[in-house]
Amino acid sequence: MHRTIIDDLKRSRIFKLADDGRRQDGRGMDEPRRLRIETGVVPKAEGSARVFLGDTEVVAGVKVKPDRPFPDVGDRGIFICTAEVLPLAHQDVETGPPQPPVIELARVVDRGIRESGMVDLKQLVLAPNKSVIGVFVDNSVIDVDGNLFDACSYASTAALLTARIPKWEYRDDAPARVEGQTMPAPITTVPVSVTMAKVNGQIMVDPTQDEWTAMEARVTITTNSDGNICALQKGGPSGFTYDELERCGRLSVSIGARVRETIKKAAPPADGGEGGGCCGGHGGEDSCGGSGGQGQPQPQPYVQPGPYGSGP
Amino acid sequence: MMGGRDTDVVLLDKDGLRCDGRRIDQTRRVEIKAGVLKNAHGSAYIEFGDNKILAGVFGPRDVHPKHLSDTDTGILRCRYHMSPFSVSDRKNPAPSRREIEISKVIKEALEPALMLEQFPRTVVDVFMEILQADGGSRCAALAAASVALADAGIPMRDMVSACAAGKVADTIVLDVNNEEDQAGQADMPVGYMPNLDRVTLIQLDGVLTPDEYGLCMRTAIDGCRQVYEVQKRALADKYFTGGEDGGRERTASMGGRVVGA
Repeated sequence: MHRTIIDDLKRSRIFKLADDGRRQDGRGMDEPRRLRIETGVVPKAEGSARVFLGDTEVVAGVKVKPDRPFPDVGDRGIFICTAEVLPLAHQDVETGPPQPPVIELARVVDRGIRESGMVDLKQLVLAPNKSVIGVFVDNSVIDVDGNLFDACSYASTAALLTARIPKWEYRDDAPARVEGQTMPAPITTVPVSVTMAKVNGQIMVDPTQDEWTAMEARVTITTNSDGNICALQKGGPSGFTYDELERCGRLSVSIGARVRETIKKAAPPADGGEGGGCCGGHGGEDSCGGSGGQGQPQPQPYVQPGPYGSGP
Repeated sequence: MMGGRDTDVVLLDKDGLRCDGRRIDQTRRVEIKAGVLKNAHGSAYIEFGDNKILAGVFGPRDVHPKHLSDTDTGILRCRYHMSPFSVSDRKNPAPSRREIEISKVIKEALEPALMLEQFPRTVVDVFMEILQADGGSRCAALAAASVALADAGIPMRDMVSACAAGKVADTIVLDVNNEEDQAGQADMPVGYMPNLDRVTLIQLDGVLTPDEYGLCMRTAIDGCRQVYEVQKRALADKYFTGGEDGGRERTASMGGRVVGA
C-alpha cells in the first residue's frame, strides 16, 4: 500500500493537534474509545464475545478439548490464544499465511493473558504427564480501526470469563466426557491490556487507525486484577524515554482498572437469567438436543459465579 | 431407512412436525442485515437457523497478483471460511478442501448474476466468515454474499438466493437442519435467481428417486423464493427506512448480552 496525499494531510493534522494536546476525534490523550462488549454471541463455542473498541470490531470464541500436555509441563493444561485479521475486515488484508504484524498481534494477546496467569492451568490436568484440557481462544478481527491489540485482548478475556468448560474424566487410559456437566473456566485474575502510541512526542491511549499510521512508537502494557504489570510489548520504529515508559505504566494501571470493570460487567459472575444469549427467536432446536452430534455442548446459561481474583 | 445414520431422534412425528418443530415446507428463522461492516465496500450479516455468517465485499479493484486479471471482464474471487470456534470441535483455521470447494461453487453461483464485463481488469472479492455453523451454511453464506454485493453497489442482473431441501424420514423437506443432515437421507443445497429463473448452485448428497429429485428441487426453489424476500427486505431496511442514521446502525446485536454504551 502506498501513501496518498490524504494520508500525509491526516498525519500533519494529527501532529498539529497533538501539539495542543488534542486528538482528531476530540478525545483526551489518555481517554480510550467507547468499549462495547456482547457476550454469548456464538453459543456453539464454550465461551464467546464480540468487542467494539470504537470502530474496531473483534469476535472471539473459546474451544476446549482434551490434549496431551507439553512434555516439559505435564502438570499443566494447555492455553493457546490466536488472532487473525479476516480479509473482510479491511481492504488491505490479503488471504494466505499471516504477515508479521498479525503474528505479533496474536503473540502479544496470548502473552498478556498467559503471563497474568488468568487461567489456572493446574486445574486443567486430567492425568499428569498424560492428559490435560486444552483451552483455545481464537480472535477474528472483522473491522479495523486501529489498536487491534486491546480489542483482541478484551474479547479474549470476556470470552474466557463466560466460558463453560465441559467436564472430562480420565478412565481406561483415555479422557472421557462426563455428559451434561460443565464448570466455569478456572479464572484467577482479569488481565487488561492498554496500548499507547507516541505521536509527535505525545502519548495517546488507544490509537485509532489514523493515529496508528502516524505514530513513531507504541507500547502495550497488560495489568492484572491486583494492578500489577504482567506483560509488555514495545513496537514501532522509534523509542521511548524512561519517563514516558514510567508514565505509560501508570496509565495502564489506572485505565486498565476502569476497563476491567466494564469487562467484568459484560462477562459477569451471572446469577442466571441474563446472559447465555442464545440465538433468540426460534425454539425447537433443543428438542434435538443430545442427539446425533456427539459431544455437541449445548450453550449453557451462565449460572455459576466465575472465581474472580481479587478485584481492585 | 436408507442412507441415514442410526439415531434416536424422531425426525418426523405423527403430526408431520420435524425435530425442531417445523413443518416440512418451512425454513428455519432467517434474518439478514445489510451494511454491518465499516471498512468493507458492501457487507451483510445473516442468521439462518443457528448459522451466523458475515459477508464482506471489496471492489471492483486492482487485481493482485496481476496475471489473474482479464482484459475482457472483471473477475470474482470468493472465500468461504469457518472460524475455529464455529463448530463443536475446534476447526483448524487453515482453509480445508471442503472450504475451498464451497468457495468455488459459491463463486460460480454468484458470477451469472454479476455484470463484471463492465469492469475489465478488476476483481471483486467476496469474503464469507462462518462465525457459527449449522446445517446449510453454504446456502446461508451465498444468500449473505448476494446481499453484500448488492450493498456494495455492484451491477447485478438478479440477486442470488439460496436454500436447501432434502430427504428426511422418507419425506422431502425444506431447509435441512444439522440434525437432519446427520441423520437424514439426502441434502440438496440450491442457489437460484428468482427473476431470471436460473439455478446457479446445486449439489446433492444422498439417494433420491427421479420423482423425489424433481420434488426436492421444486421444494428448494420455493425456499429460495422465501429467502429472496428476506434479502430484499434487508436492503430496503438499510436504504429506505431507519430513522436518523438511515438504517445504518452497524452494531446490530448478534443475539448475545451487551454491555457498554
